[in-house]
Amino acid sequence: MAEALKHKTHGDALLEIRDLKIEATVYPPDEDPHDITIVDGISLKLEKGKVLGLIGESGAGKSTIGLSAMAYGRGGVRITGGEVILNGRDIMKEKTRGVRHLRGAEVCYVAQSAAAAFNPAHKLMDQVVEATVEHGRASRKEAEKRAVALFRKLSLPEPERIGNRYPHQVSGGQLQRVMTAMALCSEPDLIVFDEPTTALDVTTQIDVLAAIKEAIRDTGVAALYITHDLAVVAQVSDEIMVLRHGKTVEWAETRQIIEAPKEDYTKALVAAHAIDHEEQKPAGSPALSVKNITAAYGGGKIDVLKDVSVDIFPGQTLAVVGESGSGKSTLARVITGLLTPREGEIEFAGRTLSPKLAQRTRDDLRELQMIYQMADTAMNPRQTVATIIGRPLEFYFNMRGKERDRRVAELLDKIEMGTGYADRYPAELSGGQKQRVCIARALAAKPTLIICDEVTSALDPLVANEILKLLLELQREEQVAYLFITHDLATVKAIADSIAVMYQGKVVRYGTKSEVLKPPFDDYTDLLLSSVPEMQLGWLENAIAGRRMESGGN
Amino acid sequence: MGGWGSILKLIAQRIALGVLLLLAVSVLIFMGTEILPGDVASSILGQAATPQALENLRRELGLDQPAIVRYFSWLGGVLTGDLGVALSNRRDIASAIAPRLANTLFLAFWAAAVSVPLAILLGLIAVRYRNGVVDKTISGLALASTSLPEFFIGYVLIFIFAVTLNWFPSFSTVYEGMPFWQRMQAIALPAAALTLVVLAHMMRMTRAAILNVMQSAYIETAELKGLSQFDIIRRHALPNAIAPVVNVVMLNLAFLVVGVVVVEVIFVYPGMGQYLVDHVSKRDVPVVQAVGLIFAAVYIGLNLIADIAAIIANPRLRHPR
Repeated sequence: MAEALKHKTHGDALLEIRDLKIEATVYPPDEDPHDITIVDGISLKLEKGKVLGLIGESGAGKSTIGLSAMAYGRGGVRITGGEVILNGRDIMKEKTRGVRHLRGAEVCYVAQSAAAAFNPAHKLMDQVVEATVEHGRASRKEAEKRAVALFRKLSLPEPERIGNRYPHQVSGGQLQRVMTAMALCSEPDLIVFDEPTTALDVTTQIDVLAAIKEAIRDTGVAALYITHDLAVVAQVSDEIMVLRHGKTVEWAETRQIIEAPKEDYTKALVAAHAIDHEEQKPAGSPALSVKNITAAYGGGKIDVLKDVSVDIFPGQTLAVVGESGSGKSTLARVITGLLTPREGEIEFAGRTLSPKLAQRTRDDLRELQMIYQMADTAMNPRQTVATIIGRPLEFYFNMRGKERDRRVAELLDKIEMGTGYADRYPAELSGGQKQRVCIARALAAKPTLIICDEVTSALDPLVANEILKLLLELQREEQVAYLFITHDLATVKAIADSIAVMYQGKVVRYGTKSEVLKPPFDDYTDLLLSSVPEMQLGWLENAIAGRRMESGGN
Repeated sequence: MGGWGSILKLIAQRIALGVLLLLAVSVLIFMGTEILPGDVASSILGQAATPQALENLRRELGLDQPAIVRYFSWLGGVLTGDLGVALSNRRDIASAIAPRLANTLFLAFWAAAVSVPLAILLGLIAVRYRNGVVDKTISGLALASTSLPEFFIGYVLIFIFAVTLNWFPSFSTVYEGMPFWQRMQAIALPAAALTLVVLAHMMRMTRAAILNVMQSAYIETAELKGLSQFDIIRRHALPNAIAPVVNVVMLNLAFLVVGVVVVEVIFVYPGMGQYLVDHVSKRDVPVVQAVGLIFAAVYIGLNLIADIAAIIANPRLRHPR
């Protein structure tokens, strides 16, 4: 790695981190509290006006490193060793007052969820100029002028007036851009972007990404860009540092990381989503037929679903794709009976399902299972894995005692977790393991169809890949059909047999995978497909230039 | 903006609910006094009354009418400001209550004027120095003053400030036409006692509500803007903690009006509490009903204000998309 780093030894260093060590005290349920090391021996150097991408799975320490540039430890983590040199001084040695003066002035922060990071009680403008005025970097009037110019640069609508709105009055994508404007307003030397586009829809992400990239270029600010998505970071960074378990795996120029990664872990990241799955053609009669469903919430006038019809065949996967608000999850609610549709019906295994949940038979319930995005909240934290998986066995099959335990062990084996996990609580499992337990719980009911609602969205790419592989394997073994709801087209390409593209409550494109993904495309499908970040330099510019339709976030 | 239209609708709904609740309470109060053994006539005439005398008095008081008729005539009177006549001294209740209600409200107002800002300020300070010595001292003292019964606090205050230091009178006598400063001096001790009683509750709730908000992501944003701790609390946490704080403040204001009985008796302050105690001991049912209804109205009214404040404090309701 030494040769690769040579180019970093000259030039103006804005930020230099040397041998950083960060620790935290953890309080596990069955053990005494003890210290763990989150970040160990990280060194990096960032020149003025350059962008360094920090990438890794959750728990790799990327946010922690980013925040150390602001001398901030989130949630009680402690920076216990090393130096953080910003503009020529070690900020770890600064007193409270000194640290306060650098935050919001020399270094600014853009959070993952702007929706949560803005104070709901104040107007956007008050929040955008707050740090600038507080640190005396400009008068209030001057700062407001700057803010409006930044709103315009970030192509926000009505730049003169958007500052008078409250956070809940603008969309997520716009809010993320306002947050970028907030960071740029005090004209800092460095901005820490902490997953700024992760929470956005794929079609909105590309706009925000382009806006951020342009703003960085035009203002000459340096940036630490933190994300778990290598394809995204490749679009904005000059250099990329790959992190794992708090240590540096590889650090090099972006081109080298993408085109010629040296370490195995980096290679795995670059190759993620490589799943072998042969598309199956629709065969026989469908397991579930959704016929002309129109539905609205609370008897309202606005139809969230408009005349939706799709078929799912036994042992196959139908992927439903679309951005948030397109009606994907509502479709799942109608199929499961949680929402009674206004019109249309659902046929399941040759019979018409009652539109109301309460009127469905226990067998109807059993054959339709669901897996959720947030495995955390989908399990009772006070029940053990065995209880969670055993519950459907008791409920649907009246299995008790040894018989049930044996079946639980079988299911644990199927999801590639040993029986050792039977007595664990959800809090003791990793994100991927939790999702596996949820899959086992759904399988326990021996369903015909499992609805998977964004099941991999909250997981790291490599873990998500494992889960997808598991789901495909289980499909082959159990001949279970999936209705796979997702906004991630890469996932769809990997596992679907048929695809339904949803937009504003309607199915705009529907067919087998090869049909749907074959040009010519309708405008929306084109937008959706062209918005998926590709691991390729210059993709962002090409994608923006080739668009036929504006995304919904604009 | 369209926001105010929907807000006004929400507020109108709350007010209508409050009125409905008050009506329900009036029914309860009326029924409660009906269920008590013996009626007003027998309590006026005593054990030795002849059936004939009871009969006559009942007719005179209208007690021979069915309950529902009497309820509506009572309610009609209340709505037109006629609270009836006290049995014990045959005086008009409304004119007897008016000056006492004014006295009670005067005392409650000054107790609130001191205790509410003080409680919120102490709450802010406790959050700023949370889990440290300052926080623990504030919480400890406030809890101690709440744990002590109010009569004890009252007597301690009298002992120190009236008997030993001779700064304030021990009896809070007030009369009509009393100069303002003398009046203030008279209520200083009972107001102080009340402040000590309600302070801890409000302060602890302010602290808890703000600490809850301090977990939010936007507090981290404020911290990463380099704001001082106090600015973060005041500018970013407090505005989002208003609803729960107003709620507990209103509960305590209600206590200042309806719960002052003991303090008024200790300081011989001519307010509603003393009036109520006097007439409960005389089984003067119309007075108990009237005072009960006024207390209920105060309670419901203040909680209504808390609800409305919470609606107005919510930017999502004030400025819909």
